[in-house]
Amino acid sequence: MKNFIALVSGLIFGVGLAVSGMTDTQKVQGFLDLFGAWDYSLGLVMASALAIAFPASRLIRGKAPFCAAEFSLPTSTNIDAPLLLGGALFGVGWGLYGYCPGPAIAAIAYGKAEAVVFVAMMLIGMFLAEPLVAKKVIKGGEGV
Amino acid sequence: MGFIEPVIGGLLIGASTAVLLWGIGRIAGISGILWQSIRGATSAADERWWRILFVIGLVLGPLILVQTGFHSIPASSDASWPILMVAGLLVGLGTRLGSGCTSGHGVCGISRFSKRSIYATLTFMTTGILTVTIIRHVFA
Repeated sequence: MKNFIALVSGLIFGVGLAVSGMTDTQKVQGFLDLFGAWDYSLGLVMASALAIAFPASRLIRGKAPFCAAEFSLPTSTNIDAPLLLGGALFGVGWGLYGYCPGPAIAAIAYGKAEAVVFVAMMLIGMFLAEPLVAKKVIKGGEGV
Repeated sequence: MGFIEPVIGGLLIGASTAVLLWGIGRIAGISGILWQSIRGATSAADERWWRILFVIGLVLGPLILVQTGFHSIPASSDASWPILMVAGLLVGLGTRLGSGCTSGHGVCGISRFSKRSIYATLTFMTTGILTVTIIRHVFA
């Protein structure tokens, strides 16, 4: 049941990404092109996602999850170097090509080699970050 | 610029995060789910399978849309292969180091008023805008 819920959630997420335009790298770059021909329509994606996620998380967290003993939510509140450095590097990569992780994975459905290579490079990047995270070369907390 | 599609897509993304939180008490942060599905800190199969299935769903959703003709494949980027590869590497490195991406920080984190997520989102939005500004208007 737990796995089924995750599959359905992933499926809805993937459909949402495709419908919203987030898998269109040129559109995403247009959204980030604040000082050019700014395409602000993708701002509505985050706004409408939050319009659901915000009240939903308030309502849902009132009682235990349907299929788990408890909620597993990040607890860290530290604004530390890895968070900001990681966020900064991620933003550069996002701007360079126009894919963030979700849309890159979803775009594999298009049968494009670009998406597959992008996701493979993303995984390599995650592996490269591992020593920094694990050995606390840069001190930081876990969690979103 | 269509406005209906981003709104519908965003509502679906919000609904997906609500389903995952309600169903299994988890945050729909895609970079984290992808990473843990492959190399989880918790090696328990039970903790890995839901993540693998979420990732499969992420591909299956758009695949169904394309196959049923409800969605047309967006045009490819004109960026070169080396740029694509560097971008992918930075996205992986950055999201792992920064503990999240657009979904985990930008949607789930902000909806919980997480201070870390608000800082992370402001940071990646800023460097994303700077990067596009530089490649489109400085080096163009």
